[in-house]
Amino acid sequence: MGEFDFSVWQPSLPFIRDGLLFTLRLTLVAMSGGIVIGTLLALARLSPIVPLARVAGAYVDLMRSIPLVLVILWFFLVIPFITGSPVGAETSAIITFTAFEAAFYCEIMRSGIQSVPRGQVNAAFALGLGQAQTMIHVILPQAVRNMLPVLLTQTIVLFQDTSLVYAIGAKDMLKAADVVGKNYNRPVEMIVLSALIYFTICFSLSLAVKQLQKRVAIIR
Amino acid sequence: MIEIRNVSKWYGQTQVLKDCSTHVAKGEVVVVCGPSGSGKSTLIKCVNGLEPFAQGTITVDGISVSDPKTDLPRLRARVGMVFQHFELFPHMSVEQNLVLAQVKVLGRSAEEAVARGAALLDRVGLREHAAKFPGQLSGGQQQRVAIARALAMDPICLLFDEPTSALDPEMIGEVLDVMVELAQEGMTMMCVTHEMGFARKVAKRVVFMDHGEIVEDAPTNAFFDAPASERAKTFLSRILHH
Repeated sequence: MGEFDFSVWQPSLPFIRDGLLFTLRLTLVAMSGGIVIGTLLALARLSPIVPLARVAGAYVDLMRSIPLVLVILWFFLVIPFITGSPVGAETSAIITFTAFEAAFYCEIMRSGIQSVPRGQVNAAFALGLGQAQTMIHVILPQAVRNMLPVLLTQTIVLFQDTSLVYAIGAKDMLKAADVVGKNYNRPVEMIVLSALIYFTICFSLSLAVKQLQKRVAIIR
Repeated sequence: MIEIRNVSKWYGQTQVLKDCSTHVAKGEVVVVCGPSGSGKSTLIKCVNGLEPFAQGTITVDGISVSDPKTDLPRLRARVGMVFQHFELFPHMSVEQNLVLAQVKVLGRSAEEAVARGAALLDRVGLREHAAKFPGQLSGGQQQRVAIARALAMDPICLLFDEPTSALDPEMIGEVLDVMVELAQEGMTMMCVTHEMGFARKVAKRVVFMDHGEIVEDAPTNAFFDAPASERAKTFLSRILHH
């Protein structure tokens, strides 16, 4: 092999772009689905209905105690059994990440909901708002605002973790880099390229989160 | 209007309300005072069911608060409450704070609610602050918005839970002025407060509580001129000569 040859980056770009698009799609779907399901899980965990709280708690504990890569493999093998037909690595990855991230977003939303002072709930109740109205109009908006930096940081972690779909052969950015690297016999150069792309995106996002944190701090 | 009969409440083993009975007639102002930890805030929160109680009954306009069949949100919508720490919704503008429950609970149109809100803001002298957020207002201004928010529901009575205790001294007056005005217009009010000047000016009766008990329930002048109990005497001498 000898010297590095970064000229391989040029022909790899279309593949990298397609891979990156899947990585971003996976991140966005898992984030939005994860936040919605995670919020519902958080409401279930905080619910006075004990069996509901237990089931949600067990789900969250289970997901948070298994390495992600195992969950990815496990879903890939189990989903076809449930649906009766193979779903493909990409669909499987999207389902897995949404289900897995929901557990983490759940815990973030739960502490967000608990961070809203009791007095706010009393004020909403005193105005005649019901439980659901209070949750939707008073508690959740404040919970999301209080937790916004943490929610976004979790999303950055999620973006990095999507590279694990490599384990089931889904065509994300890392997989694309891997394939090109093998075809051109330049694996190291391609790994460097994907690392650079991951770094650039994650680092700019965390700078953006820091900025946002400052702005949110001023509004409060 | 408000009837409190033999109400008792426990937190675990500790009894925080002991057989409390009093009432507030329509158009009356009743001030509840007493040392901290005497149960006055707990009692007033029982009136609109924010705090449950184990024994006794409370009725507001003839409707029982503790009856499981009572539509509590509907009853609460008719009973305004103002809190020590204002409890405006910090993620909403002043206008939105005033509009939310009018639209969601009373089913008013947005236009109607905004107009009603604006009229009430005008009344508490804060019309030009409608677009601001609570965090941009002083404590006194926030509490006046909170009063306007309660009034926007056209309540049949108002509950005040230490409305001036969290305010800087120079802001207490502006809030009390609004309260005095309401009282003089005939609003039925139950006020937990240490503002004895306010009590003297507008209260029909003063209820004095200590250790979860109603120790005295007397016409205002009688309470200040000749408190019957030692505990009330001690309390008054402390609060009036500090």
